[in-house]
Amino acid sequence: MYDFLLADTARVLPILVVAAVGIAVILLDAFRNDSPSIPWLAGAGLVAAFVLEGFKLYDPQVAFFGQVYSGGAAAFANMVVLLGALGSVVLSVPYLKRIGHNYGEVHALILFATVGMMTLASAGSLITLFVGLETMSVCLYVLTGLVREEKGANESALKYFLLGAFSTGFFLYGIALLYGATGTMLFSEMVEGLAVTERTGIFVGGVALLLIGFLFKVSAVPFHMWTPDVYQGAPTTLTGFMSTASKAAAFAALVVVLARALPVDLVAGEVQITLSVVAAVTMVVGNVIALAQTNVKRMLAYSSIAHAGYILAGLAAGTGEGYGGALFYLLAYTVMNVGAFGVLAALEWDKEQGAIQDIESLAGSGYRQPILGVTMGVFLFALTGFPPLAGFIGKYLVFAAAVDAGLTWLAVVGVLASVVSAYYYLRILVVMWMKPETDAPEAARQPFALATSTTVVLSLCALLLLILGVMPGGVIEAAQSYFDAGAIVAGR
Amino acid sequence: MITDFVPLFIMILLALGLALTLLKLQQWLGPYQPGKIKGSPYESGQDPVGSARERYSIKFYLVAMIFIVFDVELVFLYPWAVSFGEFLQAGGGAALGALAVVGLFLFILVVGLIYDIKKGGLDWD
Repeated sequence: MYDFLLADTARVLPILVVAAVGIAVILLDAFRNDSPSIPWLAGAGLVAAFVLEGFKLYDPQVAFFGQVYSGGAAAFANMVVLLGALGSVVLSVPYLKRIGHNYGEVHALILFATVGMMTLASAGSLITLFVGLETMSVCLYVLTGLVREEKGANESALKYFLLGAFSTGFFLYGIALLYGATGTMLFSEMVEGLAVTERTGIFVGGVALLLIGFLFKVSAVPFHMWTPDVYQGAPTTLTGFMSTASKAAAFAALVVVLARALPVDLVAGEVQITLSVVAAVTMVVGNVIALAQTNVKRMLAYSSIAHAGYILAGLAAGTGEGYGGALFYLLAYTVMNVGAFGVLAALEWDKEQGAIQDIESLAGSGYRQPILGVTMGVFLFALTGFPPLAGFIGKYLVFAAAVDAGLTWLAVVGVLASVVSAYYYLRILVVMWMKPETDAPEAARQPFALATSTTVVLSLCALLLLILGVMPGGVIEAAQSYFDAGAIVAGR
Repeated sequence: MITDFVPLFIMILLALGLALTLLKLQQWLGPYQPGKIKGSPYESGQDPVGSARERYSIKFYLVAMIFIVFDVELVFLYPWAVSFGEFLQAGGGAALGALAVVGLFLFILVVGLIYDIKKGGLDWD
C-alpha cells in the first residue's frame, strides 16, 4: 500500500541530496565556525545533484500522485538552477572573504534556496508550487541582507521582503480561487475539474492572480520596481544567484502551469494577449531605463528585467518551441549573468566605497585584469545577443517561436529593444578597455590578485556560452521535446 | 442554498443589536460621576507607574523568535499523534513510514537547536 514511498523518494533524490547537504553544512558550521571546508561540501552536493538530474533528462516521470514532476523538463530546469547555484557558491568564497562576511551560513542558505527552486521547477500541484516558492524566497530575503551593518543592504532586504510577501498574497489568493473553481490542486486534473464546474469568473480571476504572482517573481513590468534596489543592495555574487537561478525556477514553473494546467484555448487566447503585452512592455521599459543608469549593478538589474521580457515572448507563443526556447534561454541567461556579476564581484576592492557604484570606477580595468576584461566581453556580447554566443541562439529561439505563433509584432519589438540594449552593454566594455585608467578613483586602481576559483568559473562560463552558441543542437532538441503536444498528453 | 443561512444571519443581527443596545442603555440610564481615581487605568489595584513604552533588552527578541519557531513546530506534532493510531491499524508499514516522516521532521528541528546553542543564541550574556 505504501510501496510508492520508496520509488517516489528515489525520483526526487536530487532535491533531497541538496537538502541533506544543506543540513550537513549547518551542522558543520555549528561545530567548526565558518570552516573553509563548507564551500567544498556545498559544491560537492550541488555537483552530485546535477549529475543525478542529468541521468533523468530524457526520463520524465510523475512522483507522489502527481504532486511532483521528475525528470524531463523538471530535470532540465533543475540543472539550470544547480548550475547557477554552483557558480555562485564558488564565486562567493573569495568575494565574501574580501568583504569580511565569509559565513558558513551563506552556503547553507544558498543550498536551501536551491532546494526551494528545484521544488518550484518540479512542481506538479499548486501546493508544491507554493512550498517551493516560499522556501526559495525566505532564503533569498536573508541572503539579500547578509551585510547587515550596511544601510543599503538592510533597505534592500526589507524592500524585497515586504514586496515579496505582498506578491505572495496575490499568489495565494490565486491558488485559493483556482482550487475553488476546479476542485483540485493537481495541474494534471485541472482541465477535467474545470469541465465539471464550468469556467467562471472565479477561475479567470484565479489565473490572473497567479500570473501576477509569477510576473512579480520574474520581475516583469509593471511588477519590476523592487528589482534594481534589491540587486544593488545585495552582495554581488548573490545578486548573480538570485537574478538567474530564482528566475529560471519561476519561469520553469510558469511554463509548466501554462502547458499542463490551464486549458489550451485560454492559453492561446487571453493569457497569450496578456503575456505578449507584458513581454513587449517589459523589454522596452527594461532596456530604455537601463540606458540612463550610471551604476553598473542597477544597469544589470534593468537588463535582467529586459531579459525576463524576452523569455516571456517565448512563453507568450504558447507552443512547444516557445517553451523549449524559453528553457534554453534560461540556461544561456543563467550562465552569462552569473559570469557578469562574478566579474563585477571580483572588481570590488573593499566593502565600503569599493562596492562598484559607478561605471567610471571600471575605467581601464580591462588592462589591469585581462581575464576579467575578456570574460566580461564575452558575457556582455552574449547578453546583447551577438552570434556565435548562446545569447543569440536563445533570442533567436524565443522570437522565432513568437513569429510562428503569429506574434510578429512582438518579435519586432523584441529585436528593436535588443538593439537598444547594445548601447549600454557595450558602454561597459568601452569604459573597461578604452577609457584611460586615470578616470577611475585612486582606490580602484590598486592591483590585486585574482582568486583561482574566480578565474576558473568565469573562464568556464565564457567557454560554455561559446559551446552553447556554436553547437546548441542537442540542447535545443531536448528542451523543445518536453512540451510537444504529444509529450504533454503522455505526461498527464 | 443561501436561505439555509438565514437563521445564522438573524443570530448575528441579534448579537450585534443586543451589544449595541446595552452600550447605549447604560449611557442613558447609568449615573455618570467621573473622578480622578475612576479615570485612571486599571492595574489590579496598583497605581500605574511610568510609561508602557519602556525600552527592554534586545536579547528578548532572539529568545522570542526561537520560542515561536519551536512552539509552532510543536503544533504539527498534535495532529500526527492523534492520527498515529489509525496508521497502526492500517498496517503494512504505514506506522513505520509515519514514524520515519515525523522523525525526519524532529531531526531537522534538533539540528536547528544544536546550531542555535553552538552559535550562542541561548547565551544571555
